[in-house]
Amino acid sequence: MKRSKTMELGVGLFMLAGILGLVFLGLRVSGLSMQAPSDTFRLEANFANIGGLKTRARVTMAGVTVGRVAAIELDTDWYDARVVLELDDELEGQLSRDTTAAILTSGLLGEQYVGLSVGGDPETLADGDTLRDTQSALVLEELIQQFVSNMVSD
Amino acid sequence: MIQRIRRLGHRGCDLLESFGRAGIFLAQSAVGLPSREGLYLWVRQMHFVGVLSLAIVLVSGLFIGMVLSLQGYTILVDFGAEDALGQMVALSLLRELAPVVAALLFAGRAGSALTAEIGLMKATEQLTSMEMIGVDPLRRVVAPRLWAGFVALPLLTVGFGVVGIYGGYLVGVDWLGVFEGSYWSNMQASVDFVDDVGNGIIKSLVFAVVVTWIAVFQGYDLVPTSEGISRATTRTVVYSSLAVLGLDFVLTAVMFGGLA
Amino acid sequence: MFDNFTGMAEPMSDTPFVAVEGLHFARGDKEIFRGVDMTIQRGAITAIMGPSGSGKTTLLKLIGGQLLPDAGRVLIEGQDVHRQSRKALFAMRQRMGMLFQSGALFSDLSVFENVAFPLRVHTDLPGTMVRDLVLMKLEAVGLRGARELMPAELSGGMARRVALARAIALDPELILYDEPFVGQDPISMGVLVQLIKRLNQALGLTSIVVSHDIKETLTIADYVYVIADGQVMAHGTPKSLDVDQDPRVSQFVHGEPDGPVPFHYPAVDFVSDMLSPGGPR
Repeated sequence: MKRSKTMELGVGLFMLAGILGLVFLGLRVSGLSMQAPSDTFRLEANFANIGGLKTRARVTMAGVTVGRVAAIELDTDWYDARVVLELDDELEGQLSRDTTAAILTSGLLGEQYVGLSVGGDPETLADGDTLRDTQSALVLEELIQQFVSNMVSD
Repeated sequence: MIQRIRRLGHRGCDLLESFGRAGIFLAQSAVGLPSREGLYLWVRQMHFVGVLSLAIVLVSGLFIGMVLSLQGYTILVDFGAEDALGQMVALSLLRELAPVVAALLFAGRAGSALTAEIGLMKATEQLTSMEMIGVDPLRRVVAPRLWAGFVALPLLTVGFGVVGIYGGYLVGVDWLGVFEGSYWSNMQASVDFVDDVGNGIIKSLVFAVVVTWIAVFQGYDLVPTSEGISRATTRTVVYSSLAVLGLDFVLTAVMFGGLA
Repeated sequence: MFDNFTGMAEPMSDTPFVAVEGLHFARGDKEIFRGVDMTIQRGAITAIMGPSGSGKTTLLKLIGGQLLPDAGRVLIEGQDVHRQSRKALFAMRQRMGMLFQSGALFSDLSVFENVAFPLRVHTDLPGTMVRDLVLMKLEAVGLRGARELMPAELSGGMARRVALARAIALDPELILYDEPFVGQDPISMGVLVQLIKRLNQALGLTSIVVSHDIKETLTIADYVYVIADGQVMAHGTPKSLDVDQDPRVSQFVHGEPDGPVPFHYPAVDFVSDMLSPGGPR
């Protein structure tokens, strides 16, 4: 059977372009990095209210992304939200015991994320420890309610 | 009255029967190990349904990306949120527009051609004579076309998405003056490879199977006359467009609507 | 592939090569065959004739195993065609060649590749041998020079000759011709008539020719079946049919326009139809 070289080349280029396109979508559009996913360690934090926080949300420290939210569940002992954080391995043994976690919002209407800030305790957190000092999400309705009741009481 | 009900039942049975035939047809032709010869036939069909559809798909992708960017900008700028343009363009393209529009274009460009080609082979007795030579036309004629469609459409969808995002970039950044960094970084922050790119590709795989299946079956099952071929070609485009849009709703509900 | 020659060397046996027994076939509500019996002798050219629409092509498809009869059976060398597994049926078809009305050449392959197609599919012969065999077959139909042409570039008669070359590529024992003379000019008709006769003698084939071109068919046939109304109306050698007294047979064989097979499609009486009051129709 006569095989057309140009046709085979065309099909090869087509498939190559498709695969390259997929790589482009991976790297440039969804921001995957080529390096293997680094090892992580887990911390837990209980919040009275998580607002609109979702799993896979960012965890930042001084604005730098250092991990993501791995799981959110209801803690039935205290009836608050237990949030499991997955943090970069290199931070293990670096965070002081009184590190605080807060649920913050990027911009006025942006998505919510967890911000960590370190304290001054010489003892450090290990894998599986729980953050004691947390700050819940700001819920707009509650803020407005407070504002209105302050106005009334004034 | 009873006559009418009987006719309705007759229609229903006909419909079920054709579904059954189409299912058996797919099972008999798509399943099986390819030979070396089959691989070559597949490459030829890849050229036919894939490479030759590339131009129309890419040009459409470019324009759709540009329009999305333009429309999105005018809406977002009212909220002072034009930085989220990249996110909007990328998510609408990857989740929705690339799989659906590429599949519709594919049905019009490659699907109708497949129906007409196989129909013509049937009308000129090429399929029958192949059977008489002792070659199964399902494996020789149908299988390479099916598999070429299955592979080509997801690749075309990726191309559509990439070109569309670039088109959005051209309009948004080069023309409307959105800051380049925020176009890309907002996109990267919000697009998830598995959830968005992956689901888009799963959609396009489903569409590829459905569109190619409809096209090839319509060609194989048609009445072998000139009128039959033209009607089957029309049916291919109508049925596969409807199937793509209907399935898109179902898939979106399962993937992004929290039904899963 | 050379196994196919074994049948040829044997002396002609009494069992017919192809036997059709009590064949019934209906398409929808229309009965096409109502009990057809035929025997086709090895090495002979058997013609099956009948008016258009009498189901001649359907009969070939039944013999080739592409259609399933409602009752009755078709035996090839004693084996029931319709009781074979798909695999056995395809093996059986390798020993048959069929020439289709339209030629049915594969439109995406050149003339050479069309003739080579059965060889490539069914044999593992090296390329040079395939080439030699293809050129031999093309030479036999006089189209060796046209091997690089595509089917679209061929005239109707040439396409049919290429199709004939393809049908004999695997040296079959049985060839089925479906209306080989339809729509041919007198020259290519004469060429085809000669080819069918010559190939039958030279290759020791058994041929079944389905046609309604009486003159051409009668010159080459050894035995003739005439079918009409779903049954065998007459059969015999061309000579015996020529003098047959049955009015239906003689109308067909001598090509008279009106007779037992009416010229007019059934209608009400002409005069009363003309005089009836009514609309534009």
